[in-house]
Amino acid sequence: MSERREQGWVREEGADHVAPDFEPDLQGDLHTRHLTINLGPSHPAMHGTVQLKVEVDGETIVRSECNVGYLHRAFEKSCEASTWTQVFPYTDRLNYVSPLLNNIGYALAVEKLLGLSGRLPERAGYLRVILGEISRITDHQTCIAAQLMELGAMTPYFWLMEGREALWDLIEAMVGARMTTSWCRVGGLATDMPEGWDGELRHALDRCLGILDDVDALVKRNRIFIDRTRGIGAMSAAEAINRGWSGPLLRACGVPYDVRRSMPYLVYDRLDFEIPIGGSGDVYDRYLVRMEEMRQSDRIIRQALETLPQGPLCVDDPTVVLVAKSQAHGSIEGLINHFKIIMDGIQVPPGEVYSYTEAANGELGFYLVSSGAGRPWKCRCRPPCFPMVQSLPRMVQGLMIADVVPCFGSINMIGGECDR
Amino acid sequence: MAKPLLEALQRRFPTEVLQCHDFRGDETAIIRRDRIVEIFTWLRDCPDTDLNLLVDVTAVDYLAEGLSGSPSSVESESRRTSPNQHQPGKPWYQPPAPEPGATARFEVVYHLLSLARGWRLRVKVPLTEQDPLVDSLVPVYQSADWFEREAWDLYGIRFEGHPDLKRILLYEEFIGHPLRKDYPINRRQPLVPMKDPTA
Repeated sequence: MSERREQGWVREEGADHVAPDFEPDLQGDLHTRHLTINLGPSHPAMHGTVQLKVEVDGETIVRSECNVGYLHRAFEKSCEASTWTQVFPYTDRLNYVSPLLNNIGYALAVEKLLGLSGRLPERAGYLRVILGEISRITDHQTCIAAQLMELGAMTPYFWLMEGREALWDLIEAMVGARMTTSWCRVGGLATDMPEGWDGELRHALDRCLGILDDVDALVKRNRIFIDRTRGIGAMSAAEAINRGWSGPLLRACGVPYDVRRSMPYLVYDRLDFEIPIGGSGDVYDRYLVRMEEMRQSDRIIRQALETLPQGPLCVDDPTVVLVAKSQAHGSIEGLINHFKIIMDGIQVPPGEVYSYTEAANGELGFYLVSSGAGRPWKCRCRPPCFPMVQSLPRMVQGLMIADVVPCFGSINMIGGECDR
Repeated sequence: MAKPLLEALQRRFPTEVLQCHDFRGDETAIIRRDRIVEIFTWLRDCPDTDLNLLVDVTAVDYLAEGLSGSPSSVESESRRTSPNQHQPGKPWYQPPAPEPGATARFEVVYHLLSLARGWRLRVKVPLTEQDPLVDSLVPVYQSADWFEREAWDLYGIRFEGHPDLKRILLYEEFIGHPLRKDYPINRRQPLVPMKDPTA
């Protein structure tokens, strides 16, 4: 009190008004201390368990550090203890929003190591494309829904979730599970589509397309959304490349790189689709790229449904694919084949391959090393979102705390895939 | 198809390239560790190679029966329980010796991509068990940062010159490097004592 009195802030008894004996600096900068705060690992606005330590000056981020690993489950170590086929359930849990894309990526990698590339039956290739693109749509729907919800737009969240449910119901009808699919097999597929499934799929896609238009109508020219995403988290193409980006985020920077186009696998070379790209690489462009990619996936699925050929689902090789149950139970050769695959695993020749596919978040790579035994010597998953999460501190530097939310949401970090 | 990448690399660094091969369409060069920053800078900047994106960095442990290993780090019981057991005296793969007389146990594996040309190259660097050290590529490719931390975390490969080489997927108090083949899959880790929040 006495200090304040000395400074002239407190009125003296009897005095009418005493002006402070110093000139208050109302125009200059406030002298703030740098403050370190934690966002996460369990934070309502960070979908996914990740910790971001930010050092702020006022509300401006001076420096930040991103810590991952909270969802580490020893994916690689578990794979090394499993047969090649037993790895499939582990791949479901990598990117659990689009598990089928992980199944497909891993199956293609083992097939490459086996020398089966190009020998996959036509129908299996088409079905993998169809289910993979459905998964890409569900993944983008989830990402955009969560991102918009975190920015306060609750309505598009429910709309997109409604569309996603319709697609997941179809996945469930075909595969038997919504998320833990384990649908691919080395050399083919586990199940074929049920009766009338394609008609229902077209119907569900129509609904999803309508929802996309509705969401665009609400968000695309929305002042709040544009203010919070335009120029936020922008990255130049050169820096994105140096930082190892891929997928929608790299394309939002203006780099037209898509594995489906530059190194077509399965039957992507027979399908007509476009690669949307952005310009400035900010959060707004990432939104636009993802929205357009869903429409392109829709195009791919419709073309594939029209040209879907009849035929077997798996390669005809009893050392790779399990024989029919009637044979396993009815002939000694069939029983031996069944027993060898179940007990010893598929015998994969020694060697190493790196196989890569375009997953929803970018390039999903599998680097496999085989010792010639029935189990992988090494099964490395190159997670697509890992380099992007690494770049988060760079993206939010100089921005405000509120900008972390759209930046992080647009990365679409999936803990299961990032931390493995 | 000719292999312009491997040929160009061998022409430019004849003494550094130990081996080249092409398996299932994946071109691979195995190089010595001494000048890797120079080699990767050249691979990135030379218009003939133009490998501007470092896709992945990882490591492989080729510890096997018959390979030398210091007794302290190799646990015989874990080898017996290893599902990848191989017959002694029949190694299915032996990384090339990083220097004459040495035996490599690890390989650091880099995957590179040229966005403009669409081609890819795998570069491997064999390292010995006693000295698993290689120069960091962070000055050349930023994407190496977390991948190298992961290789340190899970394999114990040290990257010289890395700005912040610490564990990434596991916690600081974790003992050992779990993707090494002599780390048993069922090993328990000691409980981490409660940290003093006031410290």
